Amino acid sequence: MATDSSDTSVFDVSNLSRMGYSRILLYATVVALVLLYLLPIETGLMTSLKSDALGSLPYFPPGPSGFTFVHWSDAFSQLASGLINSFILAIPATVLSAFIGSITAYGLTNLTWRYKAAFLTLFIAGIFIPYQAVLIPLSQFWAIYFPIHNLFGTYGQLIELIISHVAYGIPITLLLFRTYYKDIPTEMLEAAELDGASAFGIYRRIILPLSGPMFAVTLIYQFTQVWNDLLFALVIMGPGPASPVTIPLAQLGASLTNVGFGIRMAGAFIAAFPTLLVYIMFGDQFAEGVAT
Amino acid sequence: MIEQLRDTYRKLTGNTDDLRTDGGTATERTSSRFDMGPDFLRSLPFWLPPFLVMGFFVYGAIGWNFLVSLTDYNSFVPPTYSHLDFEMYTRAFSDPTFIAATKNTFVLLVVFTVFCLLVGLGLAILIDQKIRFENTFRTIYLLPMSLSFVVTAQFWLWMYNYSDGPINVIIRGIGIQNPPHWISDPSIVLGSVILALVWQFSGYAMVVYLAGLRAIPNDHFEAARVDGASTYRLYRRVVIPQLKGATISASVVLMVFGLKAFDFLYSLTGSYYPPKGSDILATMMVRQAFGSPNNTAYAAAIGIMLFLLALVVIAPYLTYQYKRGEL
Repeated sequence: MATDSSDTSVFDVSNLSRMGYSRILLYATVVALVLLYLLPIETGLMTSLKSDALGSLPYFPPGPSGFTFVHWSDAFSQLASGLINSFILAIPATVLSAFIGSITAYGLTNLTWRYKAAFLTLFIAGIFIPYQAVLIPLSQFWAIYFPIHNLFGTYGQLIELIISHVAYGIPITLLLFRTYYKDIPTEMLEAAELDGASAFGIYRRIILPLSGPMFAVTLIYQFTQVWNDLLFALVIMGPGPASPVTIPLAQLGASLTNVGFGIRMAGAFIAAFPTLLVYIMFGDQFAEGVAT
Repeated sequence: MIEQLRDTYRKLTGNTDDLRTDGGTATERTSSRFDMGPDFLRSLPFWLPPFLVMGFFVYGAIGWNFLVSLTDYNSFVPPTYSHLDFEMYTRAFSDPTFIAATKNTFVLLVVFTVFCLLVGLGLAILIDQKIRFENTFRTIYLLPMSLSFVVTAQFWLWMYNYSDGPINVIIRGIGIQNPPHWISDPSIVLGSVILALVWQFSGYAMVVYLAGLRAIPNDHFEAARVDGASTYRLYRRVVIPQLKGATISASVVLMVFGLKAFDFLYSLTGSYYPPKGSDILATMMVRQAFGSPNNTAYAAAIGIMLFLLALVVIAPYLTYQYKRGEL
């Protein structure tokens, strides 16, 4: 992307000085908006580091004497087991749904058969359903009809949650891969077919090796989704030793007054840390994932 | 071009099938006899198992939920499937809580979506002016979307805190002594929630619009400029109309995000009761289903009505995408 601002803009006008002013105004607006967007996060960070949340303006950094990590260590000790559970939940759920999305997309995109579009539509509609329409059956299915947690103890609930996230994640991961697989040249697949490759052989030798960039996008998108989920965790397991970090975070400091905001903010950052890290490292792939 | 190649391929494969001597031909012949296309049988292992899993959890569950909504199932009454009626639906329409939640749901969906689109379009146009560090700016505007609703609810509880939160500190700083009770005033809490959600998701609309803007051919801009169109007219007449597709997709996805606002509202209080004045169908449904005492059948009926509401938006969208050949 060109970073040269001199003559390519659609705002380009012949009057040079007017153009200079409009660019200054443009940058001023963009920077002001950045401050606005970062204000809630910056305020949270500052508050989490202050021994007295009310000692100075909320968005100002703590003074030298008022600086503390105590909220971070308190929040961490309350959220540590939740963080571990979230990793146990999010990593297999993400990998499984990405892999299943990829093979499903291949079967619905690169192979030729009738009524493909109808099945695809049924899959895609699954992206948009409000989960409230399935919550009661979902919770009863795991609680009464298929209680994996009876076999594996409380942590069996994490398996139930993983399966649920995979099942409801297939539509979106399928769509992400499909947009990519649509552009794979047909001739390449035909050539392999003429060489006698099976459908699975084509997937394994051609499609899968080409899918690297899309796996990155899908894994990042789905990891963020699963890590950030509260609703499924709440109705499938509720608060307990196996619950992912969003559940204790939602309760953290709920009974406290203003004084609790230090620990709340520190907790929010701790719970958000893995997704923030993923976002900062792979921002472009994240943008691609959400834009699809 | 690709279509031509495909046609050639089909003609070719018609011939090559007969020539081939390996095992693959047999299945292809069988499938073509049922007229399901050449790859139907070979395609089954790839999509059918995932389809059955997804179908069970999505469509099976919706059907099951509908059945539950016809019973009288609650904490005290076990589900009996011999007496099915629409009582829960008629009950909803005379329940003031349901009516208020429905109204709030519509307000939230419409206002949230419109504001996200406007802010997102504004951001996208700004970013598209060939500015320096545009990737950094884009990353910052999109950043809130990578956060969980639970996390953003914590940030905004502090932002909106009446006595010491940053917003009211600033408002008092400019001389207004009676700043609003952002969360505890039932008449404005919905607006406060919407503002926080716009902060979180406007970056999404920006990304979609940015892709739309980049897809507009450069000569459209140049032609308009040769005609002497002002910047405003350029956007009003040339750019915005070409963003129709982006607007439609972004609206549908934003409405789905809006329906998921449950997580945000739950986290504001850490309970099934969101701040007074901000109850939406999503929170009401979960409260009725999993609170105590619970009204399972009533909650199921609310779930079905939410699903129908979503369907009103999704069905035309999917039809539109299908007609454009996007599916």
